[in-house]
Amino acid sequence: MNKKKIEENIFKILMAFSTLTVIIILALIIGTIIWKGLPSLSLSMVTQVPKGGYYLGKEGGILNAIIGSLYLASGATLLAMLISLPIVIFLNMYTRKNSRIATFTRFSLDILWGVPSIVYGAFGFTLMIFIGLKASLLAGIMIVALLELPIMSRAMDEVIRMVPEELKEASYSLGATKLETALKVVVRQCLPGILTAILIAFGRGIGDAASVIFTAGFTDRIPTSLLQPAATLPLMIFFQLGTPFPEVQNRAYAASTILVILILIISLLSRILIKRYSRHKL
Amino acid sequence: MQFQSHISIKDLNVYYGSQHALKNITLEIPDKNITAIIGPSGCGKTTLLKSLNRLLEPLDGVKVTGKVCVGGENIYDPKVEVTHVRKKMGLLSQKPQVLPMSIFDNVAFGPRIHGMKNKRKLSQTVEHYLQVASLWEEVKDRLHYPASRLSVGQQQRLCLARGLAVGPEIILGDEPTSALDPQSSQNVERRLIELKSEYTVVVVTHILRQAKRIADYIVFLYLGELVECGPAEEVLSNPKNQRTKAYLTGEIS
Repeated sequence: MNKKKIEENIFKILMAFSTLTVIIILALIIGTIIWKGLPSLSLSMVTQVPKGGYYLGKEGGILNAIIGSLYLASGATLLAMLISLPIVIFLNMYTRKNSRIATFTRFSLDILWGVPSIVYGAFGFTLMIFIGLKASLLAGIMIVALLELPIMSRAMDEVIRMVPEELKEASYSLGATKLETALKVVVRQCLPGILTAILIAFGRGIGDAASVIFTAGFTDRIPTSLLQPAATLPLMIFFQLGTPFPEVQNRAYAASTILVILILIISLLSRILIKRYSRHKL
Repeated sequence: MQFQSHISIKDLNVYYGSQHALKNITLEIPDKNITAIIGPSGCGKTTLLKSLNRLLEPLDGVKVTGKVCVGGENIYDPKVEVTHVRKKMGLLSQKPQVLPMSIFDNVAFGPRIHGMKNKRKLSQTVEHYLQVASLWEEVKDRLHYPASRLSVGQQQRLCLARGLAVGPEIILGDEPTSALDPQSSQNVERRLIELKSEYTVVVVTHILRQAKRIADYIVFLYLGELVECGPAEEVLSNPKNQRTKAYLTGEIS
């Protein structure tokens, strides 16, 4: 074998090995949480709220955290979407390419993306004291929305930027305004990408513990209003793992399994949606 | 020259930043004829075409001075609504740009945004213009299929139908056949020839033979300047300007 061919093969194997790592890590994570959590996983886990003394309880379930997480992540994702869409439409349709405002906004979003979620939590806490809001679902939603905002905006921005100028021109030439073009053509063309962006943000939001620890609080009850505190799965896992009792620790793994399954269901659902909505894509 | 002018361009200058893309263009475009804009690449053909329906505005750092009057109305007058100008013109681009929706919705897009709501009227409009673009027979059974599934040639005719459905007076074509196979090109050319009885057609082309086949009137641009214009036969067979002659014989391209 000549030198180039050996070189080619060595690097090919290295690359394949790196790729394999992804699959192995995923399998290990899922394997661990299932193996550790399976003994505690039962129907009552997903249908009951904790019993037998605050979150250290060994009985009951974690319905409070499941519902809390779903409320919180859905609310935050909706709020982030309501802010992100106008941002990306403004950046891509109403400002010049590489204008100062567009560049600066993208730069700001990139920095915000990198801000650790505990910092969002701390900021949220200060903000809450300032406006007199207690740890509640509402406060959690607001802060998680802030956390999701840069992720969602940048992901949407990347897909909307790819829309060919000619497609917009085609719409303009029919007498459509920028707004009509944005909502009826550009957003439609980018729908799969926009859905993906929303999903990525949702995944980030539902899985984050640090930003909700001070803002959403924690409770054994299922919140019935925006002003009540809400439990979340990541915090549930955090608290349960921190206890000295193996039974409670195992419940943390069961909660992890449920969280991963939730995310999996949402990914699959969105895949189906994306497939349905991309039939008109060019 | 004896013709009725539809578009009248006076001292049109276009700058892309510091680049002077169109220099003092003064030109009359005849009503209900096909005008072909020819010239080597980068000479400003597309810029001239786009300046006719104010599509240059969305681009960066563009400055346009001068007047473009369509039917006597200066479209660069600040009082004029840009959507009103664009409604008057249908555009065919180099690569057909179908909208991300069904065949029906593509044609109905224009009428809908201009306020047509009646379903029967919409479907009549769609059918009518698909027929004008000679696409009806091919798509009548699958109007709700995504437009992107059509062949490129069909897509270009769909774009034609879509443009016509807005009720324009003028059809603009930016090398409308350059992405098409010969047969589809021929089809589009034929449609344009048919349509000139009702519409003013302005086509940018880099294919001299196409200009010969379809144009009644020729505009030759070179490096942003209007070099020569006139009836197709005169310009193509007996050019007055040296540069036109050089271009036609293939010395400059």
